[in-house]
Amino acid sequence: MSYPPNYRYTREHEWIRLENDTAAVGITDHAQEQLGDIVYLELPKVGDRFSATQPLGTVESVKAVSDIYSPVTCEVVDVNAELAAHPELLNQDPHGAAWLVKVRLADRAQLDGLLSAEQYEAYIAEEAVKSDK
Amino acid sequence: MKKARPHVNQNEGLIFEHSSPGKRAWQLPPLDVPEVDPAAALGGDHIRESIGGFPEVSEVEVVRHFTRLSTWNYGVDTGLYPLGSCTMKYNPKVNEVVARLEGIAGVHPYQPDALAQGCLKILRLLSGCLLEITGMEAITLQPAAGAHGELTGILLVRAYLESRGNPRRKILIPDSAHGTNPATAAIAGYQVENIRSNALGTVDLDVLRRAVTEEVAALMITNPNTLGIFEENIGAIAEILHARGAQLYMDGANMNALVGMVRPGDAGVDVMHLNLHKTFSTPHGGGGPGAGPVGVKKHLEPFLPVPVLEKGAGGRLRLIHHRPQAIGRVRAFTGNFGVLVRALAYILACGGNGLKAATQDAVLNANYIRKGLEDVYDLPYKQPSLHECVFSDRLQAGHGVRTGDIAKRLIDYGFHPYTVSFPLIVHGALMIEPTESESKEELDLFIEAMREIAREAEQEPQTVLAAPHTTRVGRLDEVTAARRPILRWQEPIAE
Amino acid sequence: MRYLPKSDIERRQMLEALGLGGMEELFAHIPAEIRLSRPLNLPDGVSEMEVLRYFQKRAGENAAGYVSFLGAGVYHHFRPVVIDSLISRGEFYTAYTPYQAEIAQGTLQSIFEFQTMICQLTGMEVANASMYDGSTALPEAVLMAARITGRRKVAVARSVHPEYRQVLDTYTRFQGIQVRELEYDREAGTLAPFTIDDGVAAIVLQSPNFFGIVEDLERAAEMAHAAGALLIVVITEPVSLGLLKPPASADIVAMETQALGMAPSYGGPYAGVIATREKYVRSMPGRLVGQTTDAQGRRGFCLTLATREQHIRREKATSNICTNQALCALMAAIFMTVYGKEGLRELARQNLAKAHYAASRLKLKFSGPFFNEFVVAGGKTRALLDKKILGGLDLRKFYPELGEALLVSVTEVHTRQQIDELVGGLA
Repeated sequence: MSYPPNYRYTREHEWIRLENDTAAVGITDHAQEQLGDIVYLELPKVGDRFSATQPLGTVESVKAVSDIYSPVTCEVVDVNAELAAHPELLNQDPHGAAWLVKVRLADRAQLDGLLSAEQYEAYIAEEAVKSDK
Repeated sequence: MKKARPHVNQNEGLIFEHSSPGKRAWQLPPLDVPEVDPAAALGGDHIRESIGGFPEVSEVEVVRHFTRLSTWNYGVDTGLYPLGSCTMKYNPKVNEVVARLEGIAGVHPYQPDALAQGCLKILRLLSGCLLEITGMEAITLQPAAGAHGELTGILLVRAYLESRGNPRRKILIPDSAHGTNPATAAIAGYQVENIRSNALGTVDLDVLRRAVTEEVAALMITNPNTLGIFEENIGAIAEILHARGAQLYMDGANMNALVGMVRPGDAGVDVMHLNLHKTFSTPHGGGGPGAGPVGVKKHLEPFLPVPVLEKGAGGRLRLIHHRPQAIGRVRAFTGNFGVLVRALAYILACGGNGLKAATQDAVLNANYIRKGLEDVYDLPYKQPSLHECVFSDRLQAGHGVRTGDIAKRLIDYGFHPYTVSFPLIVHGALMIEPTESESKEELDLFIEAMREIAREAEQEPQTVLAAPHTTRVGRLDEVTAARRPILRWQEPIAE
Repeated sequence: MRYLPKSDIERRQMLEALGLGGMEELFAHIPAEIRLSRPLNLPDGVSEMEVLRYFQKRAGENAAGYVSFLGAGVYHHFRPVVIDSLISRGEFYTAYTPYQAEIAQGTLQSIFEFQTMICQLTGMEVANASMYDGSTALPEAVLMAARITGRRKVAVARSVHPEYRQVLDTYTRFQGIQVRELEYDREAGTLAPFTIDDGVAAIVLQSPNFFGIVEDLERAAEMAHAAGALLIVVITEPVSLGLLKPPASADIVAMETQALGMAPSYGGPYAGVIATREKYVRSMPGRLVGQTTDAQGRRGFCLTLATREQHIRREKATSNICTNQALCALMAAIFMTVYGKEGLRELARQNLAKAHYAASRLKLKFSGPFFNEFVVAGGKTRALLDKKILGGLDLRKFYPELGEALLVSVTEVHTRQQIDELVGGLA
């Protein structure tokens, strides 16, 4: 799966996509592939506030749990309700239909500190080499 | 396939599906006192309707149902059960007989001490044996399981440090540890700091020295560790901790590698738990009950949970329920007494020499398997093995076959799988612990099966990937089970 | 040593295969200064006959021939013999936790049946595969309520088993959870009127309570829910549920299942269980078995929702519990199957009738409704001991405020004649 060039990425495998004055947050295709079949998500409530790198939820496969970190300092304005009944969406369309939350950013400049698609792909390639050793 | 053969395997539904009104497996003697009207005695508001969905079956059906279910299980009585870290050794039959004697199984925990001297003598003798085996100085038999023992042990550390002015904040745990260790530390109110193992798979003394600050309450160490490797620096580790006023906790999950050879108490350990269901042969029962006694050095003794056993005047044994510095009570009554009885029966039957011989055989067996497989499976850590050996699936992964697949294929060869994907520091781990209970023939068959599976992984990986082929059900859909949990049977809705 | 299956010749062959000259060499890498250089100071191993003899002798020193009316959380009920006969199958009792579902369907299905029957009995929607016992199930339930509500205070009835409350103190002390006691009515023995503030995570109430008195759970649930708290119901005598309304108004039930087929065994092993509503299942500790299918669509069972547990979540787990008490849960499942819908009700009726027959001629401390256990005012047990009767539990050590009082339990195992002797001795 390709990594959309208009998204920003984190080293913890989240993506963020700017939409007017809010942004959608999700986890990357690489992350869902590493986790395997996703069975459950724990997501925040509308109105919850997070600072950058703070965990905003968890994602579970049968035998693993991972924290989802907020890419930026933000307030949650919408939560993807579809996912509670259909966590498999995260495996099927991680960069699209399976967005997790929409947030209002505290400071747009924080996006500049995140990775571009190209940088993120280089980063996961590098990680793959490391873990092979 | 030398060992496994398809065998009689009755189909059997859920007990609820056998139920029909009017069938019964029970009969009570006629009531020899006047009837009491439940509504009058308890209040009409408190009385229930019948227990909806509860089964109604005959005695024959009860017996057949559970007997058939049992045939779908694999136990130590069935064959080699090389589940690493779990110590699936033989559970002697006489242990079951003595635990069920009327004068033992029928004893109520609130019988006065004077009328429970037999039980108290059993507790005292078992305590003495375990202290001699571990080199510790005092013990509680209260905890109901290993993880419960861990919690007790860490609370003891906490109470001791508190009595000296500061309970401290952190517990250090090596990255090879069982998951219960960090979970326990958290329940006891501590922060967990993980310690990276060195290239040898053991605790790195330099890393440890840097990590041990005045904030550290204790290090929880498993020795031998989950790789089956003895932490040779255990003495130095104890010194580093003690120099900073911290305590050394030993997870005794692998004590079966040490009995008669090494006593943790002699190596500077302050507090440790034992798993009687591992080292001392009490049955695992499909996941419990167990027992997790905790041994301590003198300085922790005042904090032991109540009740504590004491010898009173005239040699009478009694339980003390009030001690000023005790951490409190960790479980009601007197621990998993029936499990303690079985462990003592094992210790008496083995004796000092027999226990040592069991340790030696367990280590011999693990090394024999290691030797038999190290040319076909990757052995990531080459240090000497004690009671278990840990391979990785690196060589098979190239053919798309992972540790979980090899494990499933082992079932077709008539063995229970080893422990899969643990410890976490080995990617794709195969953790094999044969215990002392295996004959040379059984070990040779196991080695042959594992070698055959390695060949299959290379030449016909599909056979391995689709395993098991001989069981009543195939690999189950765990994903759907977790996405849409069905956790009880419900009566079908009538049309 | 008869438990070791190898001959010395085989040991030598195996050592040779490893290139070793002797057993000690397997341990040569362990530093000499910590190796034990002497034999263990334990007696030599003994024969099966001698093992039996030792335990038979100890068994004879535990009130042999006495009739016991002790209860207080551990009950003398008849254990149908099929229980021991079935759990003695090696495939059940010598198996481990059912991680490899394909060869553990027996354990898994029996636990699924146990979970189901606990739900049917308690009116809850989910039950776990069991906990160590009732006394440790309670603190686990309290920690669960704290997680669900985000609150750090609990209000616990003083009529909850005193040792359970002590265990709760041990568990909660370092979690920053405050435990407050709720008084009982000195006349009725039921929960006294109380108020709670909205910082309370849960009200904990036992029914029948430690004095044997049946509590009004619905009223307690209303109180709890009005304050945004949960109601935790403790049950130590599940046979009572053959007659009593299930605690369906509770949010969490923490139950001891000893009465369902486990011998008193001087305190254990037993099995606790936590049951709750479906919406709280992710906050629940302990193992769970779920139903699923294999690739051919055949029904099967597996451990599920394991991500709550310590081996995955480590320091963030819902509990540090690793094992359940599967074999004890199996005993309970067999017990419940043997008695079934009609039998459990009849068993409960006999308990009720016998306890009330005994109580009708004694002076009781409390006026509240009771099932098979009650508190006798006064209560001299010495004379009873001479008649080889264990007359009940002296309550002074737990409830000094009651003065002389005895907690007496009467079940189906007691004959009219035994009850008459008890009453004669107490009156």
